[in-house]
Amino acid sequence: MARALVNVPAKAKRGEIIEIKALISHPMESGFRVGTNGKIIQRDIVQTFTCTYNGEEVFKARYSPAIAANPFISFSTRATDSGEIVLTWRGDNGFEAVETKQITVE
Amino acid sequence: MSGPTRRIFILRTGQLSLGLALGAAGPQSAWATPDMMKQLVDEITGGKPMTKGRVTLDLPPLVDNGNTVPMTVSVDSPMTDDNYVKVIHVVNEKNPQPDVITCTMGPRCGRASFATRIKLADSQKITAIAEMSDGSFWFDNADVIVTLAACLEDIL
Repeated sequence: MARALVNVPAKAKRGEIIEIKALISHPMESGFRVGTNGKIIQRDIVQTFTCTYNGEEVFKARYSPAIAANPFISFSTRATDSGEIVLTWRGDNGFEAVETKQITVE
Repeated sequence: MSGPTRRIFILRTGQLSLGLALGAAGPQSAWATPDMMKQLVDEITGGKPMTKGRVTLDLPPLVDNGNTVPMTVSVDSPMTDDNYVKVIHVVNEKNPQPDVITCTMGPRCGRASFATRIKLADSQKITAIAEMSDGSFWFDNADVIVTLAACLEDIL
Protein backbone atom coordinates (compact mmCIF):
# COMPACT_ATOMS: atom_id res chain seq x y z
CA MET A 1 0.00 0.00 0.00
CA ALA A 2 1.36 3.28 -1.05
CA ARG A 3 1.87 5.93 1.57
CA ALA A 4 -0.61 8.77 1.29
CA LEU A 5 -0.79 12.11 3.06
CA VAL A 6 -4.26 13.57 3.20
CA ASN A 7 -5.32 16.87 4.70
CA VAL A 8 -9.04 17.23 5.37
CA PRO A 9 -10.30 19.61 8.07
CA ALA A 10 -11.79 17.59 10.96
CA LYS A 11 -14.48 20.19 11.65
CA ALA A 12 -16.33 22.62 9.40
CA LYS A 13 -19.37 24.87 9.46
CA ARG A 14 -22.33 23.87 7.32
CA GLY A 15 -22.01 25.29 3.80
CA GLU A 16 -18.37 26.23 4.27
CA ILE A 17 -15.99 25.55 1.39
CA ILE A 18 -13.19 23.31 2.61
CA GLU A 19 -9.92 22.56 0.89
CA ILE A 20 -8.70 18.98 0.53
CA LYS A 21 -5.03 18.27 -0.15
CA ALA A 22 -3.73 14.84 -1.02
CA LEU A 23 -0.28 13.49 -1.76
CA ILE A 24 0.56 9.89 -2.56
CA SER A 25 3.88 8.16 -3.06
CA HIS A 26 4.04 6.81 -6.59
CA PRO A 27 6.86 6.87 -9.20
CA MET A 28 4.59 8.03 -12.09
CA GLU A 29 6.91 6.34 -14.60
CA SER A 30 6.01 8.01 -17.88
CA GLY A 31 6.85 5.16 -20.27
CA PHE A 32 9.09 7.45 -22.33
CA ARG A 33 12.34 7.00 -20.41
CA VAL A 34 15.13 4.62 -21.35
CA GLY A 35 16.65 2.38 -18.68
CA THR A 36 20.23 1.13 -18.24
CA ASN A 37 19.59 -1.82 -20.59
CA GLY A 38 18.64 0.57 -23.40
CA LYS A 39 15.02 -0.44 -23.30
CA ILE A 40 12.04 1.78 -22.59
CA ILE A 41 10.85 1.55 -19.00
CA GLN A 42 7.25 0.41 -18.96
CA ARG A 43 4.62 2.96 -18.08
CA ASP A 44 3.42 2.89 -14.48
CA ILE A 45 1.14 5.78 -13.60
CA VAL A 46 -1.85 6.65 -11.46
CA GLN A 47 -4.70 7.00 -13.94
CA THR A 48 -7.58 8.28 -11.89
CA PHE A 49 -8.20 10.05 -8.61
CA THR A 50 -11.69 10.31 -7.18
CA CYS A 51 -13.15 11.92 -4.11
CA THR A 52 -16.52 10.90 -2.72
CA TYR A 53 -18.34 12.70 0.08
CA ASN A 54 -20.83 10.41 1.84
CA GLY A 55 -20.88 8.22 -1.27
CA GLU A 56 -21.46 11.07 -3.71
CA GLU A 57 -18.67 11.81 -6.17
CA VAL A 58 -17.55 15.44 -5.81
CA PHE A 59 -14.25 15.54 -7.69
CA LYS A 60 -12.53 13.31 -10.22
CA ALA A 61 -9.24 13.72 -12.05
CA ARG A 62 -7.81 11.74 -14.93
CA TYR A 63 -4.02 11.80 -14.91
CA SER A 64 -1.64 11.46 -17.85
CA PRO A 65 2.09 10.63 -17.72
CA ALA A 66 2.66 14.41 -17.52
CA ILE A 67 1.77 14.44 -13.82
CA ALA A 68 4.85 14.67 -11.60
CA ALA A 69 6.04 11.77 -9.43
CA ASN A 70 4.26 11.53 -6.05
CA PRO A 71 1.14 13.20 -7.43
CA PHE A 72 -0.25 16.04 -5.37
CA ILE A 73 -3.75 17.36 -5.77
CA SER A 74 -5.61 20.10 -3.99
CA PHE A 75 -9.25 20.99 -4.59
CA SER A 76 -12.24 22.22 -2.66
CA THR A 77 -15.68 21.01 -1.75
CA ARG A 78 -18.65 22.30 0.20
CA ALA A 79 -19.14 20.83 3.67
CA THR A 80 -22.75 19.64 3.66
CA ASP A 81 -23.08 16.95 6.33
CA SER A 82 -20.94 15.07 8.81
CA GLY A 83 -19.59 11.92 7.32
CA GLU A 84 -16.91 10.24 5.35
CA ILE A 85 -14.62 11.64 2.69
CA VAL A 86 -13.05 8.83 0.67
CA LEU A 87 -10.13 9.43 -1.67
CA THR A 88 -9.27 6.72 -4.19
CA TRP A 89 -6.31 6.42 -6.54
CA ARG A 90 -6.26 3.81 -9.30
CA GLY A 91 -3.50 3.14 -11.79
CA ASP A 92 -1.45 0.81 -13.93
CA ASN A 93 -0.51 -2.72 -12.75
CA GLY A 94 -3.58 -2.90 -10.54
CA PHE A 95 -2.53 0.00 -8.32
CA GLU A 96 -5.18 1.05 -5.84
CA ALA A 97 -5.01 3.16 -2.71
CA VAL A 98 -7.92 4.31 -0.57
CA GLU A 99 -7.87 6.90 2.23
CA THR A 100 -10.89 7.62 4.40
CA LYS A 101 -11.30 10.74 6.56
CA GLN A 102 -14.10 11.72 8.90
CA ILE A 103 -15.51 15.21 8.92
CA THR A 104 -17.82 16.79 11.50
CA VAL A 105 -20.11 19.50 10.22
CA GLU A 106 -21.81 21.80 12.72
CA MET B 1 41.62 35.21 -52.06
CA SER B 2 40.14 35.12 -48.57
CA GLY B 3 36.81 36.55 -49.85
CA PRO B 4 35.46 33.54 -51.78
CA THR B 5 36.63 30.94 -49.23
CA ARG B 6 34.93 32.85 -46.44
CA ARG B 7 31.77 33.02 -48.53
CA ILE B 8 31.90 29.31 -49.22
CA PHE B 9 32.49 28.64 -45.55
CA ILE B 10 29.43 30.63 -44.55
CA LEU B 11 27.37 28.91 -47.23
CA ARG B 12 28.49 25.46 -46.15
CA THR B 13 27.85 26.10 -42.46
CA GLY B 14 24.41 27.37 -43.39
CA GLN B 15 23.69 24.16 -45.30
CA LEU B 16 25.04 22.07 -42.47
CA SER B 17 22.91 23.72 -39.81
CA LEU B 18 19.84 23.35 -42.03
CA GLY B 19 20.61 19.66 -42.43
CA LEU B 20 21.02 19.27 -38.67
CA ALA B 21 17.75 21.06 -38.04
CA LEU B 22 15.92 18.75 -40.46
CA GLY B 23 17.61 15.70 -38.98
CA ALA B 24 16.66 16.75 -35.46
CA ALA B 25 13.04 17.21 -36.51
CA GLY B 26 12.83 13.53 -37.48
CA PRO B 27 12.74 11.74 -34.11
CA GLN B 28 10.72 14.57 -32.54
CA SER B 29 7.78 13.80 -34.81
CA ALA B 30 6.87 10.92 -32.48
CA TRP B 31 6.15 13.52 -29.79
CA ALA B 32 3.18 15.77 -29.40
CA THR B 33 3.16 18.72 -31.72
CA PRO B 34 1.10 21.92 -31.73
CA ASP B 35 -1.03 20.16 -34.40
CA MET B 36 -1.72 17.23 -32.07
CA MET B 37 -2.71 19.69 -29.37
CA LYS B 38 -5.06 21.43 -31.79
CA GLN B 39 -6.60 18.07 -32.64
CA LEU B 40 -7.09 17.25 -28.97
CA VAL B 41 -8.63 20.68 -28.34
CA ASP B 42 -11.06 20.04 -31.22
CA GLU B 43 -11.97 16.71 -29.65
CA ILE B 44 -12.60 18.38 -26.29
CA THR B 45 -14.70 21.23 -27.63
CA GLY B 46 -16.34 19.29 -30.45
CA GLY B 47 -15.49 22.15 -32.79
CA LYS B 48 -17.28 24.76 -30.67
CA PRO B 49 -15.60 28.16 -30.32
CA MET B 50 -13.55 28.91 -27.21
CA THR B 51 -13.35 32.30 -25.57
CA LYS B 52 -10.32 33.57 -23.70
CA GLY B 53 -11.14 34.58 -20.15
CA ARG B 54 -12.73 33.37 -16.88
CA VAL B 55 -9.98 30.72 -16.60
CA THR B 56 -6.74 31.52 -14.76
CA LEU B 57 -3.83 29.19 -15.41
CA ASP B 58 -1.07 29.86 -12.91
CA LEU B 59 2.37 28.48 -13.82
CA PRO B 60 5.80 29.88 -13.06
CA PRO B 61 7.13 31.67 -16.19
CA LEU B 62 10.63 30.25 -15.68
CA VAL B 63 10.99 26.63 -14.60
CA ASP B 64 14.31 25.31 -13.24
CA ASN B 65 13.23 21.70 -13.11
CA GLY B 66 10.65 20.35 -15.54
CA ASN B 67 10.06 17.25 -13.42
CA THR B 68 7.86 19.06 -10.92
CA VAL B 69 6.13 22.24 -11.93
CA PRO B 70 3.42 23.58 -9.59
CA MET B 71 0.26 24.44 -11.49
CA THR B 72 -2.98 26.03 -10.31
CA VAL B 73 -6.09 26.36 -12.44
CA SER B 74 -9.05 28.39 -11.27
CA VAL B 75 -12.22 29.34 -13.07
CA ASP B 76 -14.46 32.29 -12.33
CA SER B 77 -17.80 30.59 -11.72
CA PRO B 78 -20.48 30.88 -8.99
CA MET B 79 -20.66 27.02 -8.84
CA THR B 80 -24.41 26.95 -8.25
CA ASP B 81 -26.72 24.13 -9.32
CA ASP B 82 -27.48 25.72 -12.68
CA ASN B 83 -24.21 27.50 -13.38
CA TYR B 84 -21.06 25.54 -12.71
CA VAL B 85 -17.88 24.20 -14.28
CA LYS B 86 -18.23 20.66 -15.57
CA VAL B 87 -14.71 19.78 -16.68
CA ILE B 88 -11.30 21.45 -16.71
CA HIS B 89 -8.79 20.12 -19.25
CA VAL B 90 -5.11 21.01 -19.37
CA VAL B 91 -3.25 20.41 -22.65
CA ASN B 92 0.30 21.08 -23.84
CA GLU B 93 2.23 21.41 -27.06
CA LYS B 94 5.52 19.62 -26.67
CA ASN B 95 5.36 16.84 -24.06
CA PRO B 96 5.29 13.29 -25.49
CA GLN B 97 1.50 13.35 -25.15
CA PRO B 98 -0.75 16.39 -25.61
CA ASP B 99 -2.98 15.76 -22.57
CA VAL B 100 -1.95 16.63 -19.01
CA ILE B 101 -4.96 16.36 -16.69
CA THR B 102 -8.74 16.26 -16.91
CA CYS B 103 -10.71 17.23 -13.81
CA THR B 104 -14.42 16.58 -13.52
CA MET B 105 -16.20 18.74 -10.97
CA GLY B 106 -19.66 19.95 -10.16
CA PRO B 107 -21.68 22.35 -8.00
CA ARG B 108 -20.62 20.37 -4.91
CA CYS B 109 -17.06 21.68 -5.31
CA GLY B 110 -18.01 25.16 -4.16
CA ARG B 111 -14.98 26.66 -5.84
CA ALA B 112 -13.80 25.80 -9.35
CA SER B 113 -10.09 25.41 -8.81
CA PHE B 114 -7.43 22.77 -8.31
CA ALA B 115 -3.67 22.58 -7.90
CA THR B 116 -1.22 19.85 -8.83
CA ARG B 117 2.35 19.34 -10.04
CA ILE B 118 3.17 18.48 -13.63
CA LYS B 119 6.12 17.49 -15.83
CA LEU B 120 7.24 19.63 -18.76
CA ALA B 121 9.58 18.34 -21.46
CA ASP B 122 10.29 21.64 -23.17
CA SER B 123 9.65 25.38 -23.18
CA GLN B 124 6.11 25.58 -24.47
CA LYS B 125 2.60 26.91 -24.26
CA ILE B 126 0.14 25.26 -21.85
CA THR B 127 -3.59 25.71 -22.27
CA ALA B 128 -6.36 25.19 -19.73
CA ILE B 129 -9.88 24.74 -21.07
CA ALA B 130 -13.02 24.91 -18.93
CA GLU B 131 -16.30 23.41 -20.03
CA MET B 132 -19.24 25.18 -18.39
CA SER B 133 -22.65 23.71 -17.54
CA ASP B 134 -24.21 25.86 -20.29
CA GLY B 135 -21.95 24.20 -22.89
CA SER B 136 -19.61 27.15 -23.44
CA PHE B 137 -15.82 26.80 -23.47
CA TRP B 138 -13.32 29.23 -21.94
CA PHE B 139 -9.54 29.01 -21.93
CA ASP B 140 -6.28 30.54 -20.75
CA ASN B 141 -2.71 30.12 -21.97
CA ALA B 142 0.61 30.20 -20.14
CA ASP B 143 4.03 30.38 -21.76
CA VAL B 144 6.71 28.55 -19.82
CA ILE B 145 10.47 28.46 -20.27
CA VAL B 146 11.95 25.17 -19.05
CA THR B 147 15.69 24.93 -18.37
CA LEU B 148 15.87 21.29 -17.23
CA ALA B 149 13.47 19.12 -19.21
CA ALA B 150 11.56 16.16 -17.82
CA CYS B 151 11.14 12.84 -19.67
CA LEU B 152 14.49 13.09 -21.45
CA GLU B 153 16.91 12.02 -18.76
CA ASP B 154 18.03 8.39 -18.72
CA ILE B 155 18.45 6.38 -15.55
CA LEU B 156 22.16 5.87 -14.89
